[in-house]
Amino acid sequence: MESAAFKVWRGDQEGGEFETYDVDLEPGYVVLDAIHKIQAEQATDLACRWNCKAGKCGSCSAEVNGSPRLMCMTRVEDVAGDGPITVEPMRAFPVLKDLVTDVSWNYEVKQSIQEMTPREPDFEDGSWKMHQYDVERPQEFRKCIECFLCQDVCHVLRDHQMHAEFAGPRHFVFAAQAEMNPIDVGNRVAQLRDDMGIGYCNITKCCTKVCPENIAITDNAIIPLKERVVDRSYDPLAKLAQMVFGSKD
Amino acid sequence: MSAYQEIEHDVLVIGAGGAGLRAAVEAASAGVDVGLVCKSLLGKAHTVMAEGGMAASLANVDERDGWTTHFADTMRGGQYLSNWRMAELHAKESPERARELEKWGALFDRTPDGKILQRNFGGHKYPRLAHVGDRTGLEMIRTLQDHGIHQGMDVHMEVTITRLLKDGDRCVGAFGYDREQGRFRVFKAKAVVLATGGLGRAYLVTSNSWEGTGDGHSLGYHAGAEMRDMEFIQFHPTGMVWPPSVRGILVTEGVRGEGGILKNNKGERFMFDDIPSLYVNQTADNAEEGWRYVTGDRDARRPPELLTRDHVARKIVKEVQEGRGSPHGGAFLDIAWIKEHIKDSEGHIKKKLPSMYHQFKELAGIDITKEQMEVGPTTHYAMGGIAVDADTQMTTTVPGLFAAGEVAGGLHGANRLGGNSLSDLVVFGQRAGEYAAKFAKENPSYSVSEAQIEEAATEALAPLERGVTDRNPFQLQLELQTMMQDKVGIAREDKGLTDAIGLIREISGQIADVGAGGNRWYNPGWHTALDMKHLLTVSEAIALSARERKESRGAHSRLDHPDKDEGWSTFNHVVRKGPDGEMIIERQEIPQMRQELQDIIEEEG
Repeated sequence: MESAAFKVWRGDQEGGEFETYDVDLEPGYVVLDAIHKIQAEQATDLACRWNCKAGKCGSCSAEVNGSPRLMCMTRVEDVAGDGPITVEPMRAFPVLKDLVTDVSWNYEVKQSIQEMTPREPDFEDGSWKMHQYDVERPQEFRKCIECFLCQDVCHVLRDHQMHAEFAGPRHFVFAAQAEMNPIDVGNRVAQLRDDMGIGYCNITKCCTKVCPENIAITDNAIIPLKERVVDRSYDPLAKLAQMVFGSKD
Repeated sequence: MSAYQEIEHDVLVIGAGGAGLRAAVEAASAGVDVGLVCKSLLGKAHTVMAEGGMAASLANVDERDGWTTHFADTMRGGQYLSNWRMAELHAKESPERARELEKWGALFDRTPDGKILQRNFGGHKYPRLAHVGDRTGLEMIRTLQDHGIHQGMDVHMEVTITRLLKDGDRCVGAFGYDREQGRFRVFKAKAVVLATGGLGRAYLVTSNSWEGTGDGHSLGYHAGAEMRDMEFIQFHPTGMVWPPSVRGILVTEGVRGEGGILKNNKGERFMFDDIPSLYVNQTADNAEEGWRYVTGDRDARRPPELLTRDHVARKIVKEVQEGRGSPHGGAFLDIAWIKEHIKDSEGHIKKKLPSMYHQFKELAGIDITKEQMEVGPTTHYAMGGIAVDADTQMTTTVPGLFAAGEVAGGLHGANRLGGNSLSDLVVFGQRAGEYAAKFAKENPSYSVSEAQIEEAATEALAPLERGVTDRNPFQLQLELQTMMQDKVGIAREDKGLTDAIGLIREISGQIADVGAGGNRWYNPGWHTALDMKHLLTVSEAIALSARERKESRGAHSRLDHPDKDEGWSTFNHVVRKGPDGEMIIERQEIPQMRQELQDIIEEEG
């Protein structure tokens, strides 16, 4: 394959359309290489985000042939077919320009979530005793590179636009890493239930499928958090105890 | 008069990687109003790319370790050109800086007794790097980011600073634009911290992202600060070399720390051939001892693959030049071989080096648990940077202007040890934040002239107003990068450096012709045109300093002066802007080291 046609969405908040660019390829080209080449040679004002070009920063999220992907980790040969390769911005967020979307909502949601709150240190030097098996579960969630592809693909956000009621998979992963941190004494159950809308997730696992870090978002983060919410909010015996001894959440 | 938005802070931090975030957290904790400027979105800075770990003599794995050993290792690694006071502070304070990250949510890998695990790395005598698999930088930036957003600072995302603002000699703010709409922002501040990272984009093959254009080096220089040690650019020995689209992407030193070995196309393990005299006593002379070292035998010496980065990079280049390189101009890095020693080597490699496994599998179609990688040097890190006072991180010549992290010079001398960068960020980020807040409290009044703002606005708009010209900013950048790679790269000589200086000045003259089409909204062509000033400034400083240093030392390697010369070990090169705007280079004598530190170096051998 020596060249390929790319149909790239060009536009802004007012609207836009696809433009087609022919790109000469070099061995191993990823979609981001093609976008850079278009930028350098054909359209210097083509907007896209990128930083590390190695799948570690989560900046270059876009939809390639309709699938949410990191452009830097998507080999052109893997997505090339008969027609041109389409590249468009994430659809769950408002477009700013071309492939760049306004993801500021994610930063606001994160800030509203209770921060990791450590218990008193175990040792005089201010450190804690934690074993590898204690940290392995939250370490999986801390692999998250905040590419927001899981947010993009989640139908509660993408189709139903419930950004006001639903925090999205990224933030359940974030809450999970704090909840499961061995030294955390915070409690995010009421937040997860009332503000983050975890109940709206009906575990279709779309988020898990697109995660470039292969985090088992649904199984390891969302379902255990749902269980915590149910245990602490809807257990009839616990409810009775709360009525007698006072509410904790 | 151009329209702009005016924003005031007590302390303005420019750059939101590890150093900038740590500085902002510290300044906020001192009760001052803090603004944090990110060139990208928050949490995307180049710190995410750091893989191997953070050096801190916690002595969790080997109780013989301590700050004195870390200090001596850093000085030796820097070939004794480092600012010894910075090396001392860094060695003493990094353990506390590592522990406090856990308080804020970091989860390092653990020892069997539940402490922070530490791994071996080049030039460190004992296992010293606190780490999380091979994604330690991500852990650090995320921890600081998630903690920082609750400390009451204002975060200005996707804002690029083009100039610093001054009141007399003092720095009192910065001028920039937001990427989203190209609106100008004027930040007024009582103190300013530069934490802008590196300048790898001056070269063609680099591990750095688009952001690494030397902004802080150049902003500081044009505002009157000095740059030191600019000839020392670290070429990391192991970048990917194939396919072309991934050339330069980093392959962590952790691969060698876990037992990975370097081989040439004859299958020879060439690193045993030539061990520098400074390290002969600390280096294994056979494969068996090397393996014992990486698996924790305290009596074994480290394998030659874990010699300092400058040496390993040069050795790879030598193999390639002498016809023993890999098919695409590198050497082979083999971790799969450990199957001879480890039963489930495949699982072990995936556990210890998950990003590397992923990176090679996805981008090069190579399974590192079974196959060799191809690697070669990639421009990685600037040892040189803005000259600062060791204790306060305030620049030596501009009151109110501080610098921390990669943009600051001094700690690493002629060569940085792996792992000393993440610790540098938090040790000196903390200090810069503390002293910037103190300076802001003690110096509350200042003024900013409209004339400077107008001048900055005119400069920033110029490429856009020219519209499309026959000088495309991306092409100009590529020309500079190609030239720097060729003439100011890993092997240098007088003629090439002189040519380079001439060409840099020539390209600088063409800046006035560079134009960008489109409008002010998120326009990469415009942004690239504006970054060129910084790239050219740092390129000239590198080439000028490299031509002056007529010896080979650390990362600076001269074909026409191949040996180290002790006559050159007593001073640093300092570059500053002359009265007529020309770049001036001077020698600055290294101050006499305190006796107790000299004793430590002698004792540690």
